[in-house]
Amino acid sequence: MRSTWGLAAPLVAPLGLAYAAFFVAPLLMLFAVSFYADDRMTVLGLGQWQRFLGDAFHWKVIGNTVLLGLKTVAATLLLGLPLALAYRAASPGWQRVLLFVVVMPLLTSVVVRTFAWIVILGREGVVNQMVMGLGLAADPLRLLQTELGLVISLTQIEMPLLLLPLLSVMARIDPNLMDASASLGASPWRTLFRVILPLAAPGIAAGCLLVFASSTTAFISQSVIGGERLVYLPAMVWQQAMVVANWPFAATAAIALLVSVSAVIAVIATAGRIAGGRIHG
Amino acid sequence: MARLRTAGARRRSMGEIAYVGIIGFLAALALLILVGPILVVLATSFTDSRSIRFPPTGFSLRWYELLLDEVRSRQIHRAVGNTLTVAAWAAGLATVLGTAAAVAMARAAGRAGRLADAFFMAPLVLPGLAFGLAALMYFSLLGFRPSLEMLVAGHLIVVAPFVLRTVGASLSQLDPSLLDASRSLGAGPVMTFRRVVLPLIAPGIAAGAFLAFMASVDNVPVSLFLSSARTDMLPIRMWGMMESTLDVRVAAVSGLLILTVFVLMLVMERFTGLTRRMRG
Repeated sequence: MRSTWGLAAPLVAPLGLAYAAFFVAPLLMLFAVSFYADDRMTVLGLGQWQRFLGDAFHWKVIGNTVLLGLKTVAATLLLGLPLALAYRAASPGWQRVLLFVVVMPLLTSVVVRTFAWIVILGREGVVNQMVMGLGLAADPLRLLQTELGLVISLTQIEMPLLLLPLLSVMARIDPNLMDASASLGASPWRTLFRVILPLAAPGIAAGCLLVFASSTTAFISQSVIGGERLVYLPAMVWQQAMVVANWPFAATAAIALLVSVSAVIAVIATAGRIAGGRIHG
Repeated sequence: MARLRTAGARRRSMGEIAYVGIIGFLAALALLILVGPILVVLATSFTDSRSIRFPPTGFSLRWYELLLDEVRSRQIHRAVGNTLTVAAWAAGLATVLGTAAAVAMARAAGRAGRLADAFFMAPLVLPGLAFGLAALMYFSLLGFRPSLEMLVAGHLIVVAPFVLRTVGASLSQLDPSLLDASRSLGAGPVMTFRRVVLPLIAPGIAAGAFLAFMASVDNVPVSLFLSSARTDMLPIRMWGMMESTLDVRVAAVSGLLILTVFVLMLVMERFTGLTRRMRG
């Protein structure tokens, strides 16, 4: 677009300054604080980093956090992709209804959605009443405070983040391509894996990225549904900062979260670009 | 709904039937998982018992009455007040600053534009919890005590991307010939912006402001660190109510939030085509 109104710099400056003061500066401070060796923040040193990286338990927590994110991404894909395919095939009227149904949970507080899963997965919850009512188990299943329960909950909590970009690319795929694929004798499965999914790759990657980022930082869902026995990085950051009041160590754990999440996100984004580039490029 | 296209083929093979069946089943399961929990919470909030179970044993409004009781639910009311105040300020500031930045960035093509976009969108993918802790350390070490202003500053960063995205999308659909026409008719840049651009992107701005407001109301990672007993925020208070003794008022708060979101979404859908904008 040509320059038609005003100048660019004065318009970006206010938001840029706000980001500098309230986003960049705090993150720099976070890095700085992690280099205090003691929790009183008097001596500089690499003590916190040595303590954090030298303990196998912390590596296990990092691994668990990344794995939780990946499991959530896999579960949302398993259910979200078919829903997106149904959306593609639906009439415009149904598409509007489906879109509303997808957006509604997204705008409903994360805490509300977490609470919903307590009601569903609890000892007297919906699932257990059904299971016991059907005589499938004599005792209530333990679903809360398990990773399975947490992944099921996060699947619902994060699925809209996958679906929004996914529905957007699905809606733009030319239906003629599918007709062509079918008339050339391809089975629907072949069309799905060889035509639809490659074309939808950028949307899938964008969605996976958001789901991963959101599920790994979902402190309240992790602590309320996962319970105290399942330790993920956010709980560690919170505990160290607000309970133990060891800010340098909390900063170190927060940076570990930042770095591990960013690394996986970079991989997902690159994979999406490569898959998309092969088709569109 | 699960009527999947099987164009061309008249005779359905086993593979096609399996395809429609499996995809249809998973899609239905996805819908159930998306909507079911919300309906369960809504139903639970009308229970007449002291424990949270589904289906509720009987219908009553007792938890809503307790929730609306100004004396017994004073802390919740204060948290709601704080949450709405912070959301209004954060969304308002994000809308003004974000719209201005989006207008400027719409014209910055190429590498610089992409970099600026990635920078401003970063709060959307960076772990919010790390940013929340960073903000707490930053403000405390600068000597500030917990305040609503601090929460507004933190929320502003988290909600600005929503405005940038919706306004940016509206701007990209703007027909450049309209701007040329306005200029050739003698309108200056300010006049063109006010009389041509602004009316055309107004729905996008409104949708962005709404999403920013809702994102602030729902925010956990920043409020977790920046709120205090005096500046309590609703999601954090609800977390507390869930952690200790499972207070049935959580269900009533949830029920009210669900109904509010539903009504607001219908209104925004009517005036701004909200969901289409979110799909992009």
